[in-house]
Amino acid sequence: MDFGLDKKSNSLKTFNTIFIVIWLLLACFPFIWTFWGSFKVRADFFSRADWWYAITAFNTLIETGARFTKEAYSGAWFEGEFWKASRNTVIVTISVVSISLFLGTLGAYALSRSTKNYAFWILIIALIFRAMPHITLVSGYLFPFFQLQIWGILPTTIVVLVAINQPFTLWLLYSFFKTVPKELDESALIDGCSYFQAFRHIIMPVMWPGVITAGLFSLMLAYNDFTVTALLLNQENHTMVPKIQSYLGTNQHEGNLMWAVSAVVSATAPLFLLVMFFQRQVISGLTAGAIKG
Amino acid sequence: MPNRSFFWFFFPAGLAMILFIGLPIISTGIQSFYAQHDQILIEVKKCDPFGCKTSVVVDQEATSKIKEEKPLGKFNGFGTYIDRNHLASDQVSEFWSESKSVGEFIGKVGNLPFYKALVFTLTYCVIVTPCVLLLGFIIALSLNAISRKIRGPLIFGTILPMIVTPLVGSLVLFWMIDAEGIIGANLQILMDDPYLSVKSSKALTWITIIIYGVWHHSPFAFVVFYAALQTVPQEPLEASIIDGASRFQRVKHIVLPHIYPVVTFVALISLMDNFRVFEPIIGFSAEGSAQSLSWLIYDNLVNEEVILFGSAAATSIMTIVGISIILTPVLLRTWKEFRTNR
Repeated sequence: MDFGLDKKSNSLKTFNTIFIVIWLLLACFPFIWTFWGSFKVRADFFSRADWWYAITAFNTLIETGARFTKEAYSGAWFEGEFWKASRNTVIVTISVVSISLFLGTLGAYALSRSTKNYAFWILIIALIFRAMPHITLVSGYLFPFFQLQIWGILPTTIVVLVAINQPFTLWLLYSFFKTVPKELDESALIDGCSYFQAFRHIIMPVMWPGVITAGLFSLMLAYNDFTVTALLLNQENHTMVPKIQSYLGTNQHEGNLMWAVSAVVSATAPLFLLVMFFQRQVISGLTAGAIKG
Repeated sequence: MPNRSFFWFFFPAGLAMILFIGLPIISTGIQSFYAQHDQILIEVKKCDPFGCKTSVVVDQEATSKIKEEKPLGKFNGFGTYIDRNHLASDQVSEFWSESKSVGEFIGKVGNLPFYKALVFTLTYCVIVTPCVLLLGFIIALSLNAISRKIRGPLIFGTILPMIVTPLVGSLVLFWMIDAEGIIGANLQILMDDPYLSVKSSKALTWITIIIYGVWHHSPFAFVVFYAALQTVPQEPLEASIIDGASRFQRVKHIVLPHIYPVVTFVALISLMDNFRVFEPIIGFSAEGSAQSLSWLIYDNLVNEEVILFGSAAATSIMTIVGISIILTPVLLRTWKEFRTNR
């Protein structure tokens, strides 16, 4: 609110700045700290004796002879087979994003151009489906999947994630297609195009801003998912997030805690970069439902 | 759009949703009426030079045979719903007649697994949601007052807690506040208590998870409020400044009424999200002192001996009932808007 009339007092300005700085510290410091700590040995990052060790790298120097070590990374990526998990994540993410955008654009376009009552009811049902906790759906999947013997493999998980993602994608793209003027495709219909041709030649060229936003959210859902991937994939096919959990071990003192730390950093970094580049789309997607209603 | 084209356009998306969201809900409903088979016991007579003993052992063959014949388990009706691990109707009525005071009764019921989880889930929802709204709103107001040039990176920093998955977010915090982490270790020094640890106390665990919840969800509220603040009309604000309204009065009488519909939207969305809390419980390894409804389901499903489909399904159905209660106002609102839009 930059009002010409609004004269802010200096104390208010200072207070505001301090507040923002504190909040940003709270929001970002844990990630910076974890990033920093992932290059240390366990005795430094989890040091009971003196937390200052994490900064001076006391034990890291003794154990490895340098201030920074890539031990945790090489351990997790090769010994801990995190490369396999990240490969699985890439497969799952790319498939989920492309399939759910394909289904979502077609479905949402139809919903936005239909004036029938059932279109409204479909949207309402999608809203109900969107609210279902994923774990309750998983408890419905497990038994039939065991019976059909399709449990544990990547394709099943991909299809499930696509389906779970559909309600949100439909709503997002529906509100996007509503902003694309009807006259565009109607004129094409009058010229003798079928609906598919109108979609292909008129809508597809202008739909990319909406599709990118919807794609980002599908990507974040598939990439971040824990509930579905942890319970529907076997050990061999685990993606990154369940893999991180498996490093934790049941007891804090066993397991490979530093592997988990470096795995967390490896899994988070690509996501942060992505959001940095597509910040505008992420924010427009989050607000689409709220502002337009 | 004619029905025919609509059908073909919508068919793939609809099929995916029916097969993998609609059917699983029905499947959960059916499973909740079944329970896993009891093991079939047989008496075996064993004789040795010192005499004969009869012992009871599990008949593996018969057990696996009946499991194969009826993989779903035995029909249990509403049995699973009212057993000790769910609504526990017997225990509750027993406590009711036993207890001398209402407080004692509530204390006893609160120790039953389902009610324990319900209490945690509700506490989490009731505390986290308003805090998220408040913090999100304050951050939005305060970022909005900062120069446009540096806002971009600040917004990026602000939304970081939201974009990581809850498991990773809670782990990152947990590693700092654990007894060996930077905050935890310093707290021990500050409080002069070498045994102070988040895990050891129930209250501390709850507070930690709640703080985590606020940390994780506030950015979402922030983003929506921030976008809504951009649409606040300038003229009334300028007029109020001329009339001498204070900053607080302006927010209360002009900004808040304008963004009110968005506030309810954010409140309901975060209420629904908070109701399904469970990943932070795993991230903070807080199973001991905090359990949520979703965590109960997860725990049944990763059970090592035999997966408790029936038990998980019964909890799921009750969670769905809870969600539907929260969802009703959202649906009503959408319905109204849709009617007025056409």
